[in-house]
Amino acid sequence: MKRYYPVIILFITIVVIQILTFVTGKGYMLTQLTMSAYYVLVAVGLCMVMGYAGQISLGQAGFFAIGGYTTAFLTTIDFSDKAGTAIYKLLDTLGLLITKETLYGDTIMHMSPWVSLVSAVIIAGITAYLLGIPVLKLKGHYLAMATMGFGIIIYRLVLGTKIFGEADGISNVPSFTIFPGLELSGDFSTRISNYYIAWLLVIAAILLMVNLINSRVGRALRSLHGGEDASDAMGVDTARYKVIVFVIGAVFAALAGFFMTHYNGGIGPSEAGVGKSVRYVAIVAVGGMANIWGSLVMGLILNFLSLRGVFGHFDDAVFGVILVVMMMFMPEGFIRIAVYRDIKSFFHKILNRRKVEKIKLEHSHE
Amino acid sequence: MNNSNIIMRIENLDKYFGGLHAVNSVAFDVEKGSIKSVIGPNGAGKTTMFNMIAGYETPSNGHVFFNDILITGKKPWQVAEHGVLRTFQNLKLSNHMSVLDNVLLGWHSLGSAGFLDGMFSSPLSRREEKKAKEAVFPILEWLNILDLKDSEVGNLSFGNQRAVELARALASNPSMLLLDEPAAGLNMHETTDLAKRIEKIRDQGRTVLLVEHDMSLVMDISDEIVVLNFGQKIAEGKPSEIQKNEEVVRIYLGGDDA
Repeated sequence: MKRYYPVIILFITIVVIQILTFVTGKGYMLTQLTMSAYYVLVAVGLCMVMGYAGQISLGQAGFFAIGGYTTAFLTTIDFSDKAGTAIYKLLDTLGLLITKETLYGDTIMHMSPWVSLVSAVIIAGITAYLLGIPVLKLKGHYLAMATMGFGIIIYRLVLGTKIFGEADGISNVPSFTIFPGLELSGDFSTRISNYYIAWLLVIAAILLMVNLINSRVGRALRSLHGGEDASDAMGVDTARYKVIVFVIGAVFAALAGFFMTHYNGGIGPSEAGVGKSVRYVAIVAVGGMANIWGSLVMGLILNFLSLRGVFGHFDDAVFGVILVVMMMFMPEGFIRIAVYRDIKSFFHKILNRRKVEKIKLEHSHE
Repeated sequence: MNNSNIIMRIENLDKYFGGLHAVNSVAFDVEKGSIKSVIGPNGAGKTTMFNMIAGYETPSNGHVFFNDILITGKKPWQVAEHGVLRTFQNLKLSNHMSVLDNVLLGWHSLGSAGFLDGMFSSPLSRREEKKAKEAVFPILEWLNILDLKDSEVGNLSFGNQRAVELARALASNPSMLLLDEPAAGLNMHETTDLAKRIEKIRDQGRTVLLVEHDMSLVMDISDEIVVLNFGQKIAEGKPSEIQKNEEVVRIYLGGDDA
């Protein structure tokens, strides 16, 4: 039960922030807070892969893009002129075709985002699985290079493919009616509900991961971080566990991509860039590596500042610098319980030195 | 296998590292519920043999049978699932995890809750967590590390870390323990404790295969001893026999007058 307290605190904080923005008349900030939530979701997934299981991935933006582009591509296909096709009939009988009127009064038909949601998750999951089997045999910077290579492939793919809109990306992605009355969209009128959709998604993800960390599988994953020999010797199928946690990270990223795309009404190739992947790694690193709450807090703060434009032209540079500084001085992460220990031992050292000097002084007098 | 009292049969194990014949046709049986030690000078091939039994190295030739099941060629985690658990000469612990979590990791192979069970904290998952804790607390208590259960393992003394490793291995309720130099780095007092503990482990019905440099420990607790030299078995027998074996005395125990 104790492990759920932080989740409750998180929920209260989210409500308080919403009320604060309302009271102070800064409701517009909810837009950035909502987008931050989706980036946090990616960071939470990466935290499991990198922080807990110790497997670096510089390809999370690729999975984000898979989620976003899958839904953007599928839900922007107009079915109104495809009445005879087999897919039309199938979707129609299942009740998964949605008819809408555009701004100009034309009628369009697109498939339900539920279909693309399932597709996005499955495609990202299978990609991560097939990529993970060979790639997760690598360690350290070799793994970093391989996952980065994957990220670059996805980036070039969406940038160079006509159906993905090349440099423009895909726009006019329809909103997603989760159930009547609750719509996932960037529309002004749904700002507050979308803020809660995003953060409840994060809370759900965190709940699942907090449970996982404290389970049999979670211990096995955490033990991977310190070297696989121990896990192997205790009967942990390390190869399988690494692949599964990699799939979890990818599915979280794809979900974030899916929701963000419907929220923004589109997606562009910059979401797939390596720069974005570096951001996620920087967030998990500065959040304390094996610390899901650190990833959440740092992910929220840094993304919010970035989306508010606080970093200006240095946006990507800020994350790069954070990563370099972290790797040089605090490879274990910034927010960690050990900080308390370090401070304590530092004072111990100072006190002991005083004692030693005092003893030396007494000896020199003799 | 005719003799049902044999828990592990090692048949003509060979290992080449390039041109080096590290282990040369070594064969011996391990009796159920006994302490068997493998001794020999540095480089005799003891640890290589251990690694082959536990699945960390594939033998160039030969087989290892555990309870009549062929375990050579299996992966380390599969060997562990069969109930053969090893400890490491240089300790392989998860230093960033607590003592309790390390020891609970040892229980891993007895459980079956998967990812989804863990994520949704399913009844199976909760039941297993409870069972695992009930199983490991007595072990922690027996090895005098119960008070340390919430400490990070990396901060413990070497002796306590060795105890954690032993506790972790015992948590899986192994039928056979492979102990790779468990006394290395321990002081006299801790070594005496260790000897008592290993004997106790045997008295619980477990089989122990021991690689050890500390001669007095080996002679005190072993039921049988195998002596390796340059990858070959040169003697096998009871401690009293080994102590009298001239070749062993010449090659190993009294190396400097050879």
